[in-house]
Amino acid sequence: MENHQFLFNFISEYTGDILAGVLIAIIPLALLLVYALVAIYGELKIASFIQLKLGPMRTGKWGLLQPVAEVFKLLQKEDITPDGADKPLFNLAPFIIFLGCYAALSVLPLSSHFAPSGLNIGLFFIIAISSLAVLGIVMGGWASNNKYSLIGAMRSVSQIISYEIPAAMCILGVASMAHSLDMNVISAQQQGGFWNWYVLGGPAGISKIWLIPFTVVMFIVYFVTSLAETNRTPFDVPEGESELVAGYHTEYSGMKFAFFYLAEYGNMFVVSAIMTVIFFGGWSSPFGDFLNSPIWQIFWFIAKSMFFVGLQIWLRWTLPRTRVDQLMYLCWKILLPLSMVCFLAMALGGMLY
Amino acid sequence: MNLEAVIFYLFALIIVASGGLVVLSKNIMHAAFALMFTLFGLAGFYAMLLSDFLAVSQIMIYVGGILVLIIFGVMLTSKITGVELKTGPIGKVNYLFGAAISVIIACGLSLLFTNSKWIEKPVDKIPDSSINAIGYSLLTEYILVFEVAAVLLLIALIGAALIAHKDQIIDSDASSNEISTNNDIKIKE
Repeated sequence: MENHQFLFNFISEYTGDILAGVLIAIIPLALLLVYALVAIYGELKIASFIQLKLGPMRTGKWGLLQPVAEVFKLLQKEDITPDGADKPLFNLAPFIIFLGCYAALSVLPLSSHFAPSGLNIGLFFIIAISSLAVLGIVMGGWASNNKYSLIGAMRSVSQIISYEIPAAMCILGVASMAHSLDMNVISAQQQGGFWNWYVLGGPAGISKIWLIPFTVVMFIVYFVTSLAETNRTPFDVPEGESELVAGYHTEYSGMKFAFFYLAEYGNMFVVSAIMTVIFFGGWSSPFGDFLNSPIWQIFWFIAKSMFFVGLQIWLRWTLPRTRVDQLMYLCWKILLPLSMVCFLAMALGGMLY
Repeated sequence: MNLEAVIFYLFALIIVASGGLVVLSKNIMHAAFALMFTLFGLAGFYAMLLSDFLAVSQIMIYVGGILVLIIFGVMLTSKITGVELKTGPIGKVNYLFGAAISVIIACGLSLLFTNSKWIEKPVDKIPDSSINAIGYSLLTEYILVFEVAAVLLLIALIGAALIAHKDQIIDSDASSNEISTNNDIKIKE
């Protein structure tokens, strides 16, 4: 796929390569910031509706300015570093976590004509770069010099590392069917209506029908692991407030806490976007060629991703929290065998079609 | 200076500075986290050399796997034993030894670098990705090595599961060679 650099070529004609690179690099950041405002508003409103409340109503019409107010509140708060904390690591940790999320955003193909970085091993890159979040969490939890932070960090890391395995299985399954790790290519293969999406067996015509149960189960497995990887309820044991105050970010305040917050929402978007790309056709329109121009593709990509973000928020306010042992049981004894069986079926499908 | 040179020196600076921190830092945790930047800088070098797959593998294996393992090891041992995470004073002899080994390795590497014949022919076509070539050679030319590595990893997995499985311990009593299931056995410190 050569045309994913369309925007880069377009800009660099006017500004030169270096400035164009910088401008392209800013796009995911802008996307992330705008998305975070929307997601915070969505979280507040959906939570309130589920609890039969109105939610924020006073800042702006229907409380629309509430996320902006929240951001200003966080900016104004005092930036506290505890005395016993390991200062360099304590200050570095939020940015490391944020960096992992930002780097993952850089390879998402928003449209057939635009991916910030059209890496041909994008899926592999995303699995690899998500380990930065793990390091950032350990760093923050350890440097806080607080036992709750440390236990939260330990839990979080063991959880993320465990759940990476079924998640990688799901991604590998789709990669073996698509014969590619390039997210743009995988999206392009699923063009031509929702029937061609990999959640419904991929673009192989009617003979793929035996594959559909496996791919649907694989999608469910990936959805569950994505909840665990972003530390969302029902798997938010790292920050279970009834046991651990707030987990690994107990000691953080102000701007640095905002970075943790931003990274959590950013990671939600990243896993949703991966789900969109590998199972739900990425930027391709669900109605074949209808509304499938490059601009509309951006809309489809964002809409599909936001749907899964909404689903995550919905689940957060619906389900109770699991225990740590239940969490590990689910990963190692249920999700991993399931994903392996489905992976075998999908690999067979990849060989046949 | 062109863009490539700027990026190269940037990565080189990161690698040298963080590598120095790894060696010189008194705090083992700081050293372990500084290692992260070193490994990332190396991944950047691989990416500059057009081996994208190697670069991402570097992040995947070293940053995501080995470094997390190191940090976990350091963190858990210090919390259990209560030992301060500081390196003690290093004796003069150790400094001498360290310096000698470093000088020998540096001399060897520079000798190797100056004496080896580098391929200086420009590449006619930049390959789209190294991953296809790596995949083909892994599954054709190096299939035996690949499979042996896979079996080795499988053995490691089974071994880890066996060690972690507390309930079933092999009875040390020579008379009974069967596996006893005893739930009361605690791991001794």
